[in-house]
Amino acid sequence: MARVTVNGVQKVYPNGFKAIHGVDIDIADGEFVVLVGPSGCGKSTLLRMVAGLERVTDGTISIDGKVINDLEPAERDIAMVFQNYALYPHMSVYNNMAYGLKIRGLSKAEIEDRVKKASAILELNEDLLIRSPRQLSGGQRQRVAMGRAIVREPSVFLFDEPLSNLDAKLRVQMRLEIKKLQERLGITSIYVTHDQVEAMTLGHRLMVLNEGRVEQLGTPIELYERPASIFVAGFIGSPAMNFMDAKVGSDSRSIDLPGGERLPLNGTGAEAGRPVTLGIRPEHLERASGQEGVAHLNVDLIEHLGADSLVHGHFGNDRTDLTVRVQGTLNMGPGDTFDFSVAPDHLHLFDPQSGARIA
Amino acid sequence: MIENRPWVTFLSHAVLILGVAIIAFPIWITFVAATHDSVRMVQVPLPLLPGDQFFNNLKIALGEGIEGAGGRPAGMMLLNSLVMALSIAIGKIVISLLSAFAIVYFRFPFRMGFFWLIFITLMLPVEVRILPTFEVVANLGMLNTYAGLSIPLIASATATFMFRQVFLTIPDELLEAARIDGAGPMRFFIDILVPMSRTNIAALFVILFIYGWNQYLWPLLVTTDGDMYTVVMGIKQMLEAAEQAPEWNIIMMTTMLAMLPPVVVVVFMQKLFVKGLTETEK
Repeated sequence: MARVTVNGVQKVYPNGFKAIHGVDIDIADGEFVVLVGPSGCGKSTLLRMVAGLERVTDGTISIDGKVINDLEPAERDIAMVFQNYALYPHMSVYNNMAYGLKIRGLSKAEIEDRVKKASAILELNEDLLIRSPRQLSGGQRQRVAMGRAIVREPSVFLFDEPLSNLDAKLRVQMRLEIKKLQERLGITSIYVTHDQVEAMTLGHRLMVLNEGRVEQLGTPIELYERPASIFVAGFIGSPAMNFMDAKVGSDSRSIDLPGGERLPLNGTGAEAGRPVTLGIRPEHLERASGQEGVAHLNVDLIEHLGADSLVHGHFGNDRTDLTVRVQGTLNMGPGDTFDFSVAPDHLHLFDPQSGARIA
Repeated sequence: MIENRPWVTFLSHAVLILGVAIIAFPIWITFVAATHDSVRMVQVPLPLLPGDQFFNNLKIALGEGIEGAGGRPAGMMLLNSLVMALSIAIGKIVISLLSAFAIVYFRFPFRMGFFWLIFITLMLPVEVRILPTFEVVANLGMLNTYAGLSIPLIASATATFMFRQVFLTIPDELLEAARIDGAGPMRFFIDILVPMSRTNIAALFVILFIYGWNQYLWPLLVTTDGDMYTVVMGIKQMLEAAEQAPEWNIIMMTTMLAMLPPVVVVVFMQKLFVKGLTETEK
């Protein structure tokens, strides 16, 4: 079992491109941390530095207090699951899992024991073990790749977008299995994904990266309820948060929208009259009846998802775009209008320049 | 063709049969000549149907050879050819695999420089560098040895280039997975790269074996001892038997024998050969 400490790690490529601008994180034993961000944000680079596949330009990475910057990947006591599984195509499933153990010089009996145990955990049955990887389905290959990681009995698991090659249904299923597996084995895990749903469901903590910088580090609920920046707010949650330019009202207890509408605000200490970017999640906008409504939404398009519906529309004099999520189906069409309201607790205020959270 | 017109089928088959006949006719003549006695072979017209001397000729060709040409049995020469062709083919494959491995997977100064250096040796076939190469081989005392026959022909830019292309198609993730599994460079090479390029190795083996087998000029230069003659040059020597009419029946029998190993290699490795040149899935 292991604690992973990443301290001021930077990565500069030989061509001068700075992929990581100093990352710090302390991962507790048995914790599941997800690195999430858009492509090119440096999340894979960070993972590969932990794995030992990329050199660390500056800073230190340590496992259980031991600095591993200059160790070979095999000496780090880690196991990695790759996006394309990276199974050896000419070896049987059994040999794929056993290869690393053979190199370590384990006895035949010990290897067989570990492979059997891992395949039992992953529900890979006996006759699958003698097949070659190309005879397996995507989901089975994924399992074998995980099996190869499990047999090593590492102190840290590294996952590099392991589910992105699977179809949507299988992805949901494997996601659940990875979660269960991690909880059962209790092995410290670092998981890279660009899929925010995967990140939210899997991680004990999430690290949102953007252009090589950490935007926010926290539990999924923290990230959802109190995003630290516009970037995190837009990245976490689906459909994405609505953003609009607004101004704090003169009494600091309301928000003035550009179209003249006014939303009540809890006492937040935001100075009166300052311009802000207002963020509201689609699921926090409610259909209102009578007095509570703050504005009319003019419906442009409705997407029916079954359990709920996404209403895309605009409101106000300057036709601000807005997406609203309503429960069930909505019997409306383009051109119809309805009133909406939002609880003051669900308003997110950001600085328009820096993107940082104000309240 | 989607249409079903009988005369088109007939015509296309006629063309194909004609083509096969043109190609196969010399081989047929060789076979026929190898089944008659030497007297029949100098009479005109030449026979077009097999005679009854096949096994007799086979015995002479394999065991005794032609008296006037030094009496070297084909069995010996076939063995020499086999050793030479195998050494060249296997040597070329091993050297090219290793150099392609170095060029693709290692970062060292002037890497591309070395690659191009290997590549431009394509412009220097044996015929061009024959004098200096002979000098080197002679000074090393490798005349009339298997080493002298095969080593100068082993370096191969073509095979290096081909393996480089094969290695470039192998995903980097496999290398990374192997590193995490604890495989060092040579383990990765032997356990992963070589097995993954085995169809390409087979295809190349076919080509290189035939290349080595057919060598004529180089063996002619470096062998003066009759015991080291290869079969291809041996056939030529038989034609120059002193003051005698060539014994066509024996010469043709030796030719038949000389054609056999390449045919066997092609027939048995045909599947792998085609796979190695066409397969792209890794």
